[in-house]
Amino acid sequence: MSVEVKSEQEVVFQKRIDAEEKIEPKDWMPEKYRQTLIRQMSQHAHSEVIGMQPEGNWLTRAPTLHRKCILLAKVQDEGGHGLYLYSAAETLGISRDELVKALHDGVAKYASIFNYPALTWADIGAIGWLVDGAAIVNQISLQRTSYGPYARSMVRICKEESFHQRQGYQIMMTLTQGSHEQKAMAQDALDRFWWPSLMMFGPHDAESAHSAQSMKWKIKRQSNDELRQKFIDQSVKQADVIGLKIPDPALKWNTDRGHYDIGEIDWSEFARVIKGDGPCNRQRLQHHNRIHAEGAWVRDAVAAYEAKHKQRSTKAA
Amino acid sequence: MIDKQQLKEFVLRLGDDSLVLGHRLSQWSSNGPFLEEDLALTNVALDYVGRARMFYGYTAEIAADGSTEDSYAYNRDCRDFTNLLIHELPRGDFAFTMARQYLVDEFNLAYMERLKLSRDKTLAAIAEKAYKEDLYHLRRSTSWILRLGDGTTESHDRLQNAIDDLWGYTTELFEMDELDQEMSKANVGVDVASLQPEWIRQVTATLSKATLTVPADDWVVTGGRKGIHTEALGHMLSDMQFLQRAYPGQQW
Repeated sequence: MSVEVKSEQEVVFQKRIDAEEKIEPKDWMPEKYRQTLIRQMSQHAHSEVIGMQPEGNWLTRAPTLHRKCILLAKVQDEGGHGLYLYSAAETLGISRDELVKALHDGVAKYASIFNYPALTWADIGAIGWLVDGAAIVNQISLQRTSYGPYARSMVRICKEESFHQRQGYQIMMTLTQGSHEQKAMAQDALDRFWWPSLMMFGPHDAESAHSAQSMKWKIKRQSNDELRQKFIDQSVKQADVIGLKIPDPALKWNTDRGHYDIGEIDWSEFARVIKGDGPCNRQRLQHHNRIHAEGAWVRDAVAAYEAKHKQRSTKAA
Repeated sequence: MIDKQQLKEFVLRLGDDSLVLGHRLSQWSSNGPFLEEDLALTNVALDYVGRARMFYGYTAEIAADGSTEDSYAYNRDCRDFTNLLIHELPRGDFAFTMARQYLVDEFNLAYMERLKLSRDKTLAAIAEKAYKEDLYHLRRSTSWILRLGDGTTESHDRLQNAIDDLWGYTTELFEMDELDQEMSKANVGVDVASLQPEWIRQVTATLSKATLTVPADDWVVTGGRKGIHTEALGHMLSDMQFLQRAYPGQQW
Protein backbone atom coordinates (compact mmCIF):
# COMPACT_ATOMS: atom_id res chain seq x y z
CA MET A 1 0.00 0.00 0.00
CA SER A 2 1.45 3.30 -0.98
CA VAL A 3 1.07 6.27 1.25
CA GLU A 4 0.11 9.42 -0.58
CA VAL A 5 1.92 12.43 0.70
CA LYS A 6 0.14 15.61 -0.19
CA SER A 7 1.73 19.01 -0.20
CA GLU A 8 -0.02 21.79 1.65
CA GLN A 9 -0.94 23.33 -1.71
CA GLU A 10 -2.62 20.12 -2.77
CA VAL A 11 -4.61 19.97 0.44
CA VAL A 12 -5.82 23.53 0.00
CA PHE A 13 -6.62 22.79 -3.65
CA GLN A 14 -8.72 19.75 -2.75
CA LYS A 15 -10.53 21.75 -0.08
CA ARG A 16 -11.49 24.36 -2.63
CA ILE A 17 -12.73 21.64 -4.98
CA ASP A 18 -14.73 20.05 -2.18
CA ALA A 19 -16.27 23.43 -1.39
CA GLU A 20 -17.41 23.66 -5.06
CA GLU A 21 -15.16 26.62 -5.77
CA LYS A 22 -14.15 27.06 -9.41
CA ILE A 23 -10.45 26.84 -10.22
CA GLU A 24 -9.31 29.72 -12.40
CA PRO A 25 -6.33 29.93 -14.82
CA LYS A 26 -4.00 31.80 -12.47
CA ASP A 27 -4.76 29.62 -9.44
CA TRP A 28 -2.29 27.01 -8.31
CA MET A 29 -3.22 23.52 -9.51
CA PRO A 30 -1.56 20.11 -9.44
CA GLU A 31 0.32 19.39 -12.66
CA LYS A 32 -1.74 16.24 -13.15
CA TYR A 33 -4.97 18.25 -12.88
CA ARG A 34 -3.67 20.61 -15.57
CA GLN A 35 -2.60 17.73 -17.82
CA THR A 36 -5.91 15.93 -17.39
CA LEU A 37 -7.81 19.06 -18.36
CA ILE A 38 -5.61 19.69 -21.38
CA ARG A 39 -6.18 16.11 -22.51
CA GLN A 40 -9.92 16.27 -22.00
CA MET A 41 -10.53 19.79 -23.32
CA SER A 42 -8.36 19.34 -26.39
CA GLN A 43 -10.04 16.03 -27.13
CA HIS A 44 -13.34 17.83 -26.83
CA ALA A 45 -12.17 20.68 -29.13
CA HIS A 46 -10.77 18.26 -31.72
CA SER A 47 -14.07 16.35 -31.66
CA GLU A 48 -16.00 19.50 -32.50
CA VAL A 49 -13.66 20.26 -35.39
CA ILE A 50 -13.39 16.73 -36.80
CA GLY A 51 -17.16 16.43 -36.35
CA MET A 52 -17.55 19.15 -38.97
CA GLN A 53 -16.38 16.68 -41.61
CA PRO A 54 -19.20 14.10 -41.68
CA GLU A 55 -21.80 16.86 -41.58
CA GLY A 56 -19.96 19.12 -43.99
CA ASN A 57 -20.03 16.13 -46.32
CA TRP A 58 -23.80 16.77 -46.70
CA LEU A 59 -23.77 20.57 -46.92
CA THR A 60 -23.72 20.63 -50.69
CA ARG A 61 -26.38 17.90 -50.88
CA ALA A 62 -28.89 19.13 -48.29
CA PRO A 63 -32.34 18.35 -49.70
CA THR A 64 -33.93 21.79 -49.28
CA LEU A 65 -32.61 25.34 -49.00
CA HIS A 66 -33.98 25.56 -45.47
CA ARG A 67 -32.09 22.41 -44.45
CA LYS A 68 -28.98 23.73 -46.17
CA CYS A 69 -29.10 26.94 -44.13
CA ILE A 70 -29.69 25.07 -40.87
CA LEU A 71 -26.82 22.69 -41.57
CA LEU A 72 -24.49 25.56 -42.54
CA ALA A 73 -25.29 27.31 -39.28
CA LYS A 74 -24.88 24.10 -37.30
CA VAL A 75 -21.52 23.20 -38.77
CA GLN A 76 -20.41 26.74 -38.06
CA ASP A 77 -21.53 26.37 -34.45
CA GLU A 78 -19.44 23.22 -34.11
CA GLY A 79 -16.38 25.05 -35.40
CA GLY A 80 -17.17 27.86 -32.96
CA HIS A 81 -17.29 25.35 -30.11
CA GLY A 82 -13.89 24.12 -31.22
CA LEU A 83 -12.61 27.70 -31.03
CA TYR A 84 -14.00 28.30 -27.49
CA LEU A 85 -12.53 25.06 -26.29
CA TYR A 86 -9.11 25.68 -27.83
CA SER A 87 -9.12 29.12 -26.20
CA ALA A 88 -10.21 27.67 -22.87
CA ALA A 89 -7.46 25.05 -23.14
CA GLU A 90 -4.93 27.81 -23.91
CA THR A 91 -5.60 29.27 -20.44
CA LEU A 92 -3.77 26.18 -19.17
CA GLY A 93 -0.55 27.31 -20.82
CA ILE A 94 -0.59 25.41 -24.09
CA SER A 95 -0.99 26.84 -27.60
CA ARG A 96 -3.52 25.88 -30.24
CA ASP A 97 -0.65 24.99 -32.57
CA GLU A 98 0.66 22.48 -30.02
CA LEU A 99 -2.82 21.02 -29.59
CA VAL A 100 -3.32 20.65 -33.34
CA LYS A 101 0.10 19.10 -33.70
CA ALA A 102 -0.78 16.52 -31.05
CA LEU A 103 -3.89 15.69 -33.10
CA HIS A 104 -1.87 15.30 -36.28
CA ASP A 105 0.71 13.16 -34.50
CA GLY A 106 -2.05 10.88 -33.25
CA VAL A 107 -1.25 11.70 -29.61
CA ALA A 108 -4.50 13.58 -28.99
CA LYS A 109 -7.78 11.84 -29.71
CA TYR A 110 -11.23 12.94 -30.79
CA ALA A 111 -14.61 11.31 -30.26
CA SER A 112 -14.48 8.00 -32.10
CA ILE A 113 -18.07 8.40 -33.31
CA PHE A 114 -16.78 10.72 -36.04
CA ASN A 115 -14.89 7.82 -37.55
CA TYR A 116 -18.20 6.48 -38.84
CA PRO A 117 -19.35 7.65 -42.26
CA ALA A 118 -22.41 9.85 -42.91
CA LEU A 119 -23.79 7.88 -45.85
CA THR A 120 -27.35 9.12 -46.21
CA TRP A 121 -29.30 12.24 -45.37
CA ALA A 122 -30.84 10.38 -42.43
CA ASP A 123 -27.35 10.15 -40.95
CA ILE A 124 -27.42 13.92 -40.58
CA GLY A 125 -30.61 13.45 -38.57
CA ALA A 126 -29.08 10.67 -36.52
CA ILE A 127 -25.92 12.66 -35.82
CA GLY A 128 -27.95 15.61 -34.53
CA TRP A 129 -30.37 13.49 -32.55
CA LEU A 130 -28.04 10.86 -31.10
CA VAL A 131 -24.49 12.15 -31.31
CA ASP A 132 -25.32 15.69 -30.24
CA GLY A 133 -27.86 14.22 -27.84
CA ALA A 134 -25.18 12.10 -26.18
CA ALA A 135 -22.79 15.03 -26.19
CA ILE A 136 -25.32 17.22 -24.38
CA VAL A 137 -25.91 14.69 -21.63
CA ASN A 138 -22.18 14.76 -21.02
CA GLN A 139 -21.86 18.51 -21.40
CA ILE A 140 -24.73 19.40 -19.10
CA SER A 141 -22.87 17.52 -16.44
CA LEU A 142 -19.66 19.37 -17.37
CA GLN A 143 -21.30 22.75 -16.76
CA ARG A 144 -20.43 21.97 -13.13
CA THR A 145 -16.86 20.90 -13.84
CA SER A 146 -14.31 22.40 -11.44
CA TYR A 147 -12.24 24.35 -13.97
CA GLY A 148 -13.91 27.75 -14.48
CA PRO A 149 -13.16 28.42 -18.19
CA TYR A 150 -14.25 24.89 -19.14
CA ALA A 151 -17.47 25.10 -17.12
CA ARG A 152 -18.39 28.47 -18.61
CA SER A 153 -17.71 27.35 -22.17
CA MET A 154 -20.07 24.41 -21.55
CA VAL A 155 -22.94 26.71 -20.63
CA ARG A 156 -22.92 28.36 -24.01
CA ILE A 157 -22.14 25.19 -25.93
CA CYS A 158 -25.08 23.38 -24.30
CA LYS A 159 -27.52 26.03 -25.48
CA GLU A 160 -26.42 25.60 -29.08
CA GLU A 161 -26.19 21.82 -28.86
CA SER A 162 -29.74 21.51 -27.65
CA PHE A 163 -30.84 23.31 -30.81
CA HIS A 164 -28.70 20.91 -32.86
CA GLN A 165 -30.22 17.93 -31.14
CA ARG A 166 -33.74 19.11 -31.86
CA GLN A 167 -32.99 19.78 -35.52
CA GLY A 168 -31.56 16.27 -35.86
CA TYR A 169 -34.61 14.75 -34.23
CA GLN A 170 -36.83 16.83 -36.46
CA ILE A 171 -35.06 15.50 -39.57
CA MET A 172 -35.72 11.96 -38.30
CA MET A 173 -39.33 12.78 -37.53
CA THR A 174 -39.88 14.19 -41.01
CA LEU A 175 -38.33 11.09 -42.57
CA THR A 176 -40.45 8.72 -40.51
CA GLN A 177 -43.55 10.56 -41.70
CA GLY A 178 -42.43 10.27 -45.31
CA SER A 179 -42.21 7.54 -47.94
CA HIS A 180 -41.34 3.92 -47.31
CA GLU A 181 -37.81 4.62 -48.52
CA GLN A 182 -37.43 7.57 -46.19
CA LYS A 183 -38.59 5.55 -43.19
CA ALA A 184 -36.12 2.81 -44.07
CA MET A 185 -33.40 5.44 -44.40
CA ALA A 186 -34.16 6.73 -40.90
CA GLN A 187 -34.23 3.25 -39.34
CA ASP A 188 -30.96 2.35 -41.06
CA ALA A 189 -29.29 5.47 -39.67
CA LEU A 190 -30.49 4.64 -36.17
CA ASP A 191 -29.26 1.05 -36.58
CA ARG A 192 -25.80 2.24 -37.50
CA PHE A 193 -25.45 5.13 -35.03
CA TRP A 194 -27.09 3.66 -31.92
CA TRP A 195 -24.26 1.55 -30.54
CA PRO A 196 -21.45 3.96 -31.42
CA SER A 197 -23.47 6.68 -29.65
CA LEU A 198 -23.56 4.58 -26.48
CA MET A 199 -19.80 4.12 -26.78
CA MET A 200 -19.36 7.90 -26.73
CA PHE A 201 -19.66 7.79 -22.94
CA GLY A 202 -16.53 5.70 -22.69
CA PRO A 203 -15.83 2.36 -21.00
CA HIS A 204 -17.83 1.03 -18.06
CA ASP A 205 -16.91 2.77 -14.81
CA ALA A 206 -14.93 -0.23 -13.60
CA GLU A 207 -12.78 -0.15 -16.76
CA SER A 208 -12.32 3.61 -17.05
CA ALA A 209 -8.67 4.56 -16.71
CA HIS A 210 -9.04 8.22 -15.82
CA SER A 211 -12.32 8.27 -13.96
CA ALA A 212 -11.55 8.01 -10.25
CA GLN A 213 -9.14 10.90 -9.99
CA SER A 214 -11.23 13.04 -12.33
CA MET A 215 -14.28 12.51 -10.13
CA LYS A 216 -12.30 13.46 -7.04
CA TRP A 217 -11.12 16.65 -8.71
CA LYS A 218 -14.65 17.18 -9.97
CA ILE A 219 -13.43 17.48 -13.54
CA LYS A 220 -16.01 14.75 -14.12
CA ARG A 221 -19.22 15.08 -12.17
CA GLN A 222 -21.03 11.91 -13.13
CA SER A 223 -19.73 8.52 -14.14
CA ASN A 224 -19.71 7.13 -17.69
CA ASP A 225 -22.38 4.58 -16.85
CA GLU A 226 -24.67 7.10 -15.14
CA LEU A 227 -24.50 9.44 -18.12
CA ARG A 228 -24.97 6.60 -20.61
CA GLN A 229 -28.06 5.43 -18.73
CA LYS A 230 -29.54 8.90 -18.83
CA PHE A 231 -29.02 9.02 -22.59
CA ILE A 232 -30.52 5.56 -23.13
CA ASP A 233 -33.62 6.37 -21.11
CA GLN A 234 -34.33 9.59 -22.98
CA SER A 235 -33.54 8.19 -26.45
CA VAL A 236 -35.68 5.06 -26.16
CA LYS A 237 -38.73 7.22 -25.55
CA GLN A 238 -37.82 9.58 -28.38
CA ALA A 239 -37.40 6.68 -30.82
CA ASP A 240 -40.75 5.30 -29.78
CA VAL A 241 -42.53 8.60 -30.44
CA ILE A 242 -41.41 8.62 -34.08
CA GLY A 243 -41.90 4.90 -34.60
CA LEU A 244 -38.27 3.83 -34.85
CA LYS A 245 -36.93 0.67 -33.29
CA ILE A 246 -33.79 0.68 -31.14
CA PRO A 247 -31.54 -2.05 -32.59
CA ASP A 248 -31.15 -4.01 -29.37
CA PRO A 249 -33.20 -7.19 -28.80
CA ALA A 250 -32.20 -7.16 -25.13
CA LEU A 251 -33.57 -3.68 -24.48
CA LYS A 252 -36.07 -3.90 -21.63
CA TRP A 253 -37.58 -1.65 -19.00
CA ASN A 254 -36.34 -2.63 -15.57
CA THR A 255 -38.99 -1.71 -13.00
CA ASP A 256 -36.70 -2.28 -10.04
CA ARG A 257 -34.04 0.06 -11.33
CA GLY A 258 -36.44 2.48 -12.99
CA HIS A 259 -34.22 2.40 -16.08
CA TYR A 260 -33.85 0.54 -19.34
CA ASP A 261 -31.52 -2.44 -19.44
CA ILE A 262 -29.56 -2.92 -22.63
CA GLY A 263 -27.62 -5.70 -24.29
CA GLU A 264 -23.85 -5.93 -24.15
CA ILE A 265 -21.90 -3.15 -25.86
CA ASP A 266 -19.33 -4.48 -28.30
CA TRP A 267 -16.23 -3.12 -26.63
CA SER A 268 -13.96 -4.80 -29.13
CA GLU A 269 -15.43 -2.51 -31.79
CA PHE A 270 -14.88 0.49 -29.52
CA ALA A 271 -11.23 -0.51 -29.01
CA ARG A 272 -10.78 -1.13 -32.72
CA VAL A 273 -12.14 2.28 -33.76
CA ILE A 274 -10.15 4.14 -31.10
CA LYS A 275 -7.03 2.34 -32.21
CA GLY A 276 -7.55 3.72 -35.70
CA ASP A 277 -9.38 0.93 -37.51
CA GLY A 278 -12.78 2.57 -37.82
CA PRO A 279 -14.29 3.12 -41.25
CA CYS A 280 -13.08 6.73 -41.61
CA ASN A 281 -10.17 7.24 -39.19
CA ARG A 282 -7.60 7.65 -41.91
CA GLN A 283 -9.68 9.99 -44.03
CA ARG A 284 -10.64 12.24 -41.10
CA LEU A 285 -7.08 12.77 -39.96
CA GLN A 286 -5.59 12.93 -43.44
CA HIS A 287 -8.17 15.53 -44.40
CA HIS A 288 -7.35 17.68 -41.39
CA ASN A 289 -3.64 17.33 -42.10
CA ARG A 290 -3.98 18.09 -45.78
CA ILE A 291 -6.14 21.17 -45.27
CA HIS A 292 -3.78 22.44 -42.61
CA ALA A 293 -0.85 22.01 -45.01
CA GLU A 294 -2.76 23.55 -47.92
CA GLY A 295 -3.57 26.60 -45.82
CA ALA A 296 0.04 27.20 -44.83
CA TRP A 297 0.70 29.69 -47.62
CA VAL A 298 -2.32 31.75 -46.50
CA ARG A 299 -1.16 31.84 -42.88
CA ASP A 300 2.36 32.72 -44.07
CA ALA A 301 0.97 35.56 -46.16
CA VAL A 302 -0.91 36.97 -43.19
CA ALA A 303 2.22 36.85 -41.06
CA ALA A 304 4.35 38.43 -43.81
CA TYR A 305 1.83 41.19 -44.39
CA GLU A 306 1.62 41.98 -40.70
CA ALA A 307 5.39 42.03 -40.35
CA LYS A 308 5.78 44.37 -43.34
CA HIS A 309 3.18 46.76 -42.07
CA LYS A 310 4.53 46.78 -38.57
CA GLN A 311 7.93 47.60 -40.02
CA ARG A 312 6.49 50.36 -42.20
CA SER A 313 4.55 51.93 -39.34
CA THR A 314 7.65 51.80 -37.12
CA LYS A 315 9.68 53.52 -39.83
CA ALA A 316 6.99 56.13 -40.32
CA ALA A 317 6.91 56.88 -36.61
CA MET B 1 -45.08 48.58 -67.89
CA ILE B 2 -43.42 45.35 -66.93
CA ASP B 3 -45.45 42.20 -66.74
CA LYS B 4 -45.45 39.39 -64.22
CA GLN B 5 -43.42 37.09 -66.41
CA GLN B 6 -40.66 39.67 -66.78
CA LEU B 7 -40.54 40.37 -63.08
CA LYS B 8 -40.40 36.66 -62.30
CA GLU B 9 -37.53 36.11 -64.72
CA PHE B 10 -35.66 39.07 -63.30
CA VAL B 11 -36.01 37.95 -59.67
CA LEU B 12 -35.08 34.40 -60.58
CA ARG B 13 -31.78 35.62 -62.02
CA LEU B 14 -30.91 37.23 -58.72
CA GLY B 15 -31.85 34.04 -56.90
CA ASP B 16 -29.61 31.98 -59.17
CA ASP B 17 -26.67 34.35 -58.67
CA SER B 18 -27.04 34.07 -54.90
CA LEU B 19 -27.54 30.34 -54.69
CA VAL B 20 -24.71 29.39 -57.02
CA LEU B 21 -22.20 31.62 -55.25
CA GLY B 22 -23.47 30.54 -51.82
CA HIS B 23 -23.05 26.93 -52.84
CA ARG B 24 -19.48 27.47 -53.99
CA LEU B 25 -18.64 29.21 -50.72
CA SER B 26 -20.21 26.42 -48.70
CA GLN B 27 -17.67 24.05 -50.23
CA TRP B 28 -15.10 25.68 -47.96
CA SER B 29 -16.55 24.09 -44.84
CA SER B 30 -13.78 22.05 -43.19
CA ASN B 31 -11.45 23.23 -45.97
CA GLY B 32 -10.45 26.71 -44.75
CA PRO B 33 -6.82 27.70 -44.16
CA PHE B 34 -7.57 28.09 -40.45
CA LEU B 35 -10.61 27.59 -38.29
CA GLU B 36 -11.70 31.23 -37.98
CA GLU B 37 -11.59 31.66 -41.74
CA ASP B 38 -13.45 28.39 -42.25
CA LEU B 39 -16.28 29.81 -40.17
CA ALA B 40 -16.19 33.20 -41.87
CA LEU B 41 -16.46 31.66 -45.34
CA THR B 42 -19.41 29.49 -44.39
CA ASN B 43 -21.00 32.51 -42.76
CA VAL B 44 -20.84 34.40 -46.04
CA ALA B 45 -22.19 31.27 -47.74
CA LEU B 46 -25.11 31.35 -45.35
CA ASP B 47 -25.82 34.99 -46.25
CA TYR B 48 -25.97 34.09 -49.93
CA VAL B 49 -28.10 30.98 -49.54
CA GLY B 50 -30.40 33.02 -47.31
CA ARG B 51 -30.57 35.65 -50.05
CA ALA B 52 -31.38 32.94 -52.61
CA ARG B 53 -34.27 31.79 -50.44
CA MET B 54 -35.70 35.31 -50.38
CA PHE B 55 -35.40 35.77 -54.14
CA TYR B 56 -36.76 32.30 -54.92
CA GLY B 57 -39.54 32.71 -52.41
CA TYR B 58 -40.53 35.92 -54.14
CA THR B 59 -40.26 34.23 -57.53
CA ALA B 60 -42.68 31.56 -56.34
CA GLU B 61 -45.02 34.22 -55.02
CA ILE B 62 -45.04 36.01 -58.38
CA ALA B 63 -45.48 32.75 -60.28
CA ALA B 64 -48.38 31.73 -58.02
CA ASP B 65 -48.31 28.29 -59.62
CA GLY B 66 -47.68 26.16 -56.55
CA SER B 67 -43.91 26.39 -56.93
CA THR B 68 -41.74 26.94 -53.85
CA GLU B 69 -38.22 28.26 -53.28
CA ASP B 70 -36.99 24.68 -53.62
CA SER B 71 -38.62 24.17 -57.02
CA TYR B 72 -36.19 26.68 -58.46
CA ALA B 73 -33.10 25.34 -56.72
CA TYR B 74 -33.70 21.64 -57.15
CA ASN B 75 -35.90 21.02 -60.17
CA ARG B 76 -34.24 22.94 -62.96
CA ASP B 77 -31.45 21.83 -65.24
CA CYS B 78 -28.30 23.63 -66.28
CA ARG B 79 -29.87 25.49 -69.22
CA ASP B 80 -32.61 26.91 -66.97
CA PHE B 81 -30.16 28.53 -64.56
CA THR B 82 -29.50 32.15 -65.42
CA ASN B 83 -26.73 33.10 -62.99
CA LEU B 84 -23.76 35.13 -64.15
CA LEU B 85 -20.87 32.80 -64.92
CA ILE B 86 -18.42 34.23 -62.42
CA HIS B 87 -20.50 32.79 -59.57
CA GLU B 88 -20.40 29.20 -60.76
CA LEU B 89 -16.66 28.80 -61.36
CA PRO B 90 -15.25 26.07 -59.08
CA ARG B 91 -13.96 27.45 -55.80
CA GLY B 92 -10.31 26.93 -56.72
CA ASP B 93 -7.72 27.75 -54.07
CA PHE B 94 -8.19 30.34 -51.35
CA ALA B 95 -6.75 33.06 -53.60
CA PHE B 96 -9.27 32.29 -56.32
CA THR B 97 -12.18 32.30 -53.90
CA MET B 98 -11.16 35.60 -52.31
CA ALA B 99 -10.39 37.23 -55.67
CA ARG B 100 -13.83 36.29 -56.97
CA GLN B 101 -15.43 37.38 -53.73
CA TYR B 102 -13.75 40.74 -53.82
CA LEU B 103 -14.68 41.44 -57.46
CA VAL B 104 -18.25 40.38 -56.81
CA ASP B 105 -18.50 42.23 -53.48
CA GLU B 106 -17.51 45.52 -55.10
CA PHE B 107 -20.23 44.93 -57.66
CA ASN B 108 -22.89 43.68 -55.25
CA LEU B 109 -22.51 46.52 -52.80
CA ALA B 110 -23.08 49.08 -55.54
CA TYR B 111 -25.88 46.98 -56.99
CA MET B 112 -27.75 46.55 -53.72
CA GLU B 113 -27.36 50.22 -52.93
CA ARG B 114 -29.34 50.94 -56.12
CA LEU B 115 -31.78 48.06 -55.70
CA LYS B 116 -32.72 49.46 -52.28
CA LEU B 117 -34.44 52.23 -54.27
CA SER B 118 -36.44 49.81 -56.39
CA ARG B 119 -40.10 50.61 -56.88
CA ASP B 120 -40.74 46.98 -56.08
CA LYS B 121 -41.06 46.94 -52.31
CA THR B 122 -40.06 43.30 -51.87
CA LEU B 123 -36.88 43.72 -53.91
CA ALA B 124 -36.09 46.92 -52.02
CA ALA B 125 -36.48 45.12 -48.70
CA ILE B 126 -34.26 42.20 -49.76
CA ALA B 127 -31.67 44.71 -51.02
CA GLU B 128 -31.78 46.54 -47.70
CA LYS B 129 -30.70 43.38 -45.90
CA ALA B 130 -28.25 42.31 -48.59
CA TYR B 131 -26.60 45.73 -48.63
CA LYS B 132 -25.75 45.46 -44.93
CA GLU B 133 -24.25 42.02 -45.48
CA ASP B 134 -22.29 43.23 -48.49
CA LEU B 135 -20.74 46.06 -46.50
CA TYR B 136 -19.21 43.46 -44.24
CA HIS B 137 -18.37 41.08 -47.08
CA LEU B 138 -16.50 43.81 -48.94
CA ARG B 139 -14.56 44.92 -45.89
CA ARG B 140 -13.47 41.32 -45.39
CA SER B 141 -12.58 40.51 -48.99
CA THR B 142 -10.73 43.82 -49.46
CA SER B 143 -8.56 43.10 -46.47
CA TRP B 144 -7.77 39.66 -47.90
CA ILE B 145 -6.78 41.17 -51.25
CA LEU B 146 -4.36 43.47 -49.45
CA ARG B 147 -2.90 40.74 -47.26
CA LEU B 148 -2.50 38.17 -50.02
CA GLY B 149 -1.34 40.67 -52.62
CA ASP B 150 1.21 42.27 -50.35
CA GLY B 151 2.03 39.14 -48.34
CA THR B 152 4.53 36.61 -49.68
CA THR B 153 5.69 36.06 -53.27
CA GLU B 154 3.61 32.92 -53.37
CA SER B 155 0.42 34.60 -52.15
CA HIS B 156 0.98 37.50 -54.53
CA ASP B 157 1.42 35.18 -57.52
CA ARG B 158 -1.52 33.01 -56.61
CA LEU B 159 -3.76 36.04 -56.27
CA GLN B 160 -2.52 37.63 -59.50
CA ASN B 161 -3.21 34.37 -61.35
CA ALA B 162 -6.68 34.23 -59.85
CA ILE B 163 -7.47 37.80 -60.88
CA ASP B 164 -6.18 37.07 -64.38
CA ASP B 165 -8.34 33.94 -64.63
CA LEU B 166 -11.42 35.79 -63.42
CA TRP B 167 -11.08 39.01 -65.34
CA GLY B 168 -12.79 37.87 -68.52
CA TYR B 169 -15.89 36.96 -66.52
CA THR B 170 -16.33 40.41 -65.00
CA THR B 171 -17.61 42.06 -68.18
CA GLU B 172 -20.81 40.07 -67.84
CA LEU B 173 -21.59 41.79 -64.54
CA PHE B 174 -22.30 44.99 -66.47
CA GLU B 175 -24.15 43.61 -69.47
CA MET B 176 -27.69 44.83 -70.02
CA ASP B 177 -30.01 42.66 -72.07
CA GLU B 178 -33.54 43.65 -73.00
CA LEU B 179 -34.98 42.52 -69.69
CA ASP B 180 -32.42 44.47 -67.69
CA GLN B 181 -33.19 47.57 -69.71
CA GLU B 182 -36.93 47.19 -69.20
CA MET B 183 -36.52 46.64 -65.48
CA SER B 184 -34.16 49.56 -65.15
CA LYS B 185 -36.50 51.82 -67.11
CA ALA B 186 -39.37 50.88 -64.83
CA ASN B 187 -37.21 51.69 -61.77
CA VAL B 188 -37.53 48.14 -60.57
CA GLY B 189 -34.10 46.88 -61.59
CA VAL B 190 -30.67 48.48 -61.76
CA ASP B 191 -28.80 50.05 -64.65
CA VAL B 192 -25.74 47.85 -64.20
CA ALA B 193 -23.85 49.35 -67.13
CA SER B 194 -23.73 52.63 -65.25
CA LEU B 195 -21.96 50.91 -62.33
CA GLN B 196 -18.96 49.88 -64.37
CA PRO B 197 -16.76 53.02 -64.28
CA GLU B 198 -16.91 53.30 -60.51
CA TRP B 199 -16.31 49.54 -60.16
CA ILE B 200 -13.20 49.79 -62.33
CA ARG B 201 -11.98 52.74 -60.33
CA GLN B 202 -12.42 50.95 -56.99
CA VAL B 203 -10.97 47.66 -58.18
CA THR B 204 -7.98 49.40 -59.73
CA ALA B 205 -7.31 51.29 -56.51
CA THR B 206 -7.48 48.16 -54.35
CA LEU B 207 -5.41 46.01 -56.70
CA SER B 208 -2.74 48.70 -56.97
CA LYS B 209 -2.61 49.04 -53.22
CA ALA B 210 -2.19 45.27 -53.04
CA THR B 211 0.74 45.49 -55.53
CA LEU B 212 -1.32 43.65 -58.16
CA THR B 213 -1.80 44.40 -61.83
CA VAL B 214 -5.19 45.08 -63.38
CA PRO B 215 -5.41 42.59 -66.27
CA ALA B 216 -5.88 43.72 -69.87
CA ASP B 217 -9.40 43.45 -71.29
CA ASP B 218 -8.34 40.95 -73.93
CA TRP B 219 -10.84 38.15 -73.33
CA VAL B 220 -14.50 38.00 -72.40
CA VAL B 221 -16.84 35.08 -71.72
CA THR B 222 -20.55 35.69 -71.22
CA GLY B 223 -23.75 33.70 -71.55
CA GLY B 224 -25.07 32.97 -68.06
CA ARG B 225 -28.28 34.95 -68.45
CA LYS B 226 -29.06 32.87 -71.55
CA GLY B 227 -28.27 29.60 -69.77
CA ILE B 228 -24.98 29.08 -71.59
CA HIS B 229 -22.79 27.99 -68.70
CA THR B 230 -19.40 26.56 -67.98
CA GLU B 231 -19.32 22.78 -67.70
CA ALA B 232 -18.78 23.16 -63.96
CA LEU B 233 -22.41 24.10 -63.29
CA GLY B 234 -23.86 20.74 -64.31
CA HIS B 235 -21.66 18.96 -61.80
CA MET B 236 -22.62 21.41 -59.10
CA LEU B 237 -26.30 20.76 -59.80
CA SER B 238 -25.92 17.00 -59.85
CA ASP B 239 -24.40 17.22 -56.39
CA MET B 240 -26.86 19.78 -55.03
CA GLN B 241 -30.00 18.21 -56.50
CA PHE B 242 -29.15 14.58 -55.76
CA LEU B 243 -31.76 13.88 -53.07
CA GLN B 244 -34.61 15.71 -54.75
CA ARG B 245 -33.88 13.87 -57.99
CA ALA B 246 -33.37 10.44 -56.42
CA TYR B 247 -36.51 10.67 -54.23
CA PRO B 248 -38.82 13.06 -56.09
CA GLY B 249 -41.76 14.74 -54.45
CA GLN B 250 -40.89 14.00 -50.81
CA GLN B 251 -40.85 16.21 -47.75
CA TRP B 252 -37.47 16.60 -46.06
